Amino acid sequence: METLLAFVVGGLYAAGLYMMLRRSVLKLIIGLGLFGHAANLLIFTMGGLTRAQPPILFGLPADAAAGVADPLPQALILTAIVIGFGVQAFALVLIRRAVQAVGTDDLDQMKATDT
Amino acid sequence: MKIQLILPLLIPLTTAILSLLAWNWSTGRRAISVAGAFLLLADAAWLLATVWDDGIQVMAMGNWPAPFGIVFVADLFSAMMVVIAGVMGFAVAIYSLVTMDRGRESFGYYALLHFLLLGVCGAFLTGDLFNLYVWFEVMLMASFVLLALGGERPQMEGAIKYVTLNLISSALFLAAVGLLYGVAGTLNMADLAQKLRAPDDANLVTTIAMLFLVAFGIKAGIFPLFFWLPASYHTPPVAVSAIFAALLTKVGVYALIRVFTLLFVQDIGYTHTVILILAGLTMVTGVLGAIAQNEFRRILAFHIISQIGYMIMGLGIFTQAALAGSIFYTLHHIIVKTNLFLVSGVAHFVHGTYDLKKLGGLYKNFPGLSFLFLIPALSLAGVPPLSGFFGKLTLAQAGIASEQYVIVATALAVGLLTLFSMTKIWLEAFWKAPPQLPTEACDAKALGSRAAYYLLLSPIILLALLTLIFGFAAEAILVVSLRAAEQLMNPAEYIRAVLGKTS
Repeated sequence: METLLAFVVGGLYAAGLYMMLRRSVLKLIIGLGLFGHAANLLIFTMGGLTRAQPPILFGLPADAAAGVADPLPQALILTAIVIGFGVQAFALVLIRRAVQAVGTDDLDQMKATDT
Repeated sequence: MKIQLILPLLIPLTTAILSLLAWNWSTGRRAISVAGAFLLLADAAWLLATVWDDGIQVMAMGNWPAPFGIVFVADLFSAMMVVIAGVMGFAVAIYSLVTMDRGRESFGYYALLHFLLLGVCGAFLTGDLFNLYVWFEVMLMASFVLLALGGERPQMEGAIKYVTLNLISSALFLAAVGLLYGVAGTLNMADLAQKLRAPDDANLVTTIAMLFLVAFGIKAGIFPLFFWLPASYHTPPVAVSAIFAALLTKVGVYALIRVFTLLFVQDIGYTHTVILILAGLTMVTGVLGAIAQNEFRRILAFHIISQIGYMIMGLGIFTQAALAGSIFYTLHHIIVKTNLFLVSGVAHFVHGTYDLKKLGGLYKNFPGLSFLFLIPALSLAGVPPLSGFFGKLTLAQAGIASEQYVIVATALAVGLLTLFSMTKIWLEAFWKAPPQLPTEACDAKALGSRAAYYLLLSPIILLALLTLIFGFAAEAILVVSLRAAEQLMNPAEYIRAVLGKTS
């Protein structure tokens, strides 16, 4: 299962990078989204995949923790997803304003502030 | 558990919320913003005094003990950075009163400024790696909106580049955090420091370290990763440029120094050599980029990159004296660079342009302002007895002591080129005769609002005085920097403070 997820993560990174290198500004944002999802899935995989008890230990001995899923990676991912959601929403509004201001969605036309 | 450790987060948060509540009350918003910034500065000074007297301060959020809960830690380095953030917030809050236009003010500029300070102070004080990511996002979100607020075309173009590269950096940071969690099973920095002393797979840890170097390197603007900075820093209003120049890249530098002194010290021969090479390349590319520019703020933006090289040079050399040099240099740079941006704003205020070709005659019309430009400009170039000289001297001495002659030679040559750039600004903007006849226009504007002009100058005078203090009392600041560097070089004290007391 880890091997499969490793390939999925790699595929997401590759797809995200490919989308970012396109000229359309909307595809840039999609690419950034995929990049974020790849990172989330990477944390999930690195946390270790256990097919076992849910992490609710109440009134059990201390060594009962063995074979129980680690809840922390999921908490981390949840936080990262929420942050990513907010940032994506902002980025969409930003590119809409940018397309209005510049008059095109072609990133190659947005070079006026480069040096 | 001391209240002054958490106040640097509560004060900006409260200030931001209050200034949002005062949405339709312009005077109240301004008063709240300045008062909040002043309180932050006062509390930061209190925190620094506490850390100096009583050692590293720790606070566990929600009283969960250290490796499980999130802790906030203030060692001397963090406390110094919080103080300097407070100074910058205060200076820029005053400066914004004059330069910020009505439209941006009424769309929440002051609230965003304080949210930015919240994110920055959080990043300086947190003792948890994932929490650092969250504070980065708080800071980035505020900076995104500050950069785009107003919606002019150059701002939009700059913001797209800034947002894209910073989001990539955040995604890489998140991936690195995930990998590190998989290797060590903890994200508390003190706990990680212990576990990474003897890792199972040293090569994997070095790989993760490089991922952190890239993620923080984008934020700090080091050599091949800095392109968002010159594309965006000259587009927003000057008060926003100034606070960005003061704090954003320096949070990246802080994070680099923190993780490469506390966590990734297993393979110094490799990781810190890479940092040292990047430091040299950053200095050179930044200063060469500045030479080609003819716009006040673009020159300053490229000089930020060049100066970042000096800050991580001390980290690359990795001795106590070198780190003290880095810390001193970071503090000096924040003050000086912000001040230069503020001066460029005054030039824009009276002449309506940042283009050096169209500026001129500032020395004739505003001799006081010219003097205020010279202090930070010469300090940036490292002319004694100003603050930049002592920063460079400390770094150069540490470099020679470690026999890193190439980087020392580079640093000194880059100092000369910096002087060249500053001389160019001086000649073009201040010394030469004005190209057309803007004198009546500028006099009318400046005389019509004398009070505003003096209010505009007050933060510049404050920062120039600080530069002079850093120059003439360099000994005292260096003593504090050396002790901060000592804490960084011996993480045992940090680990004991976090894991020992709170358990």
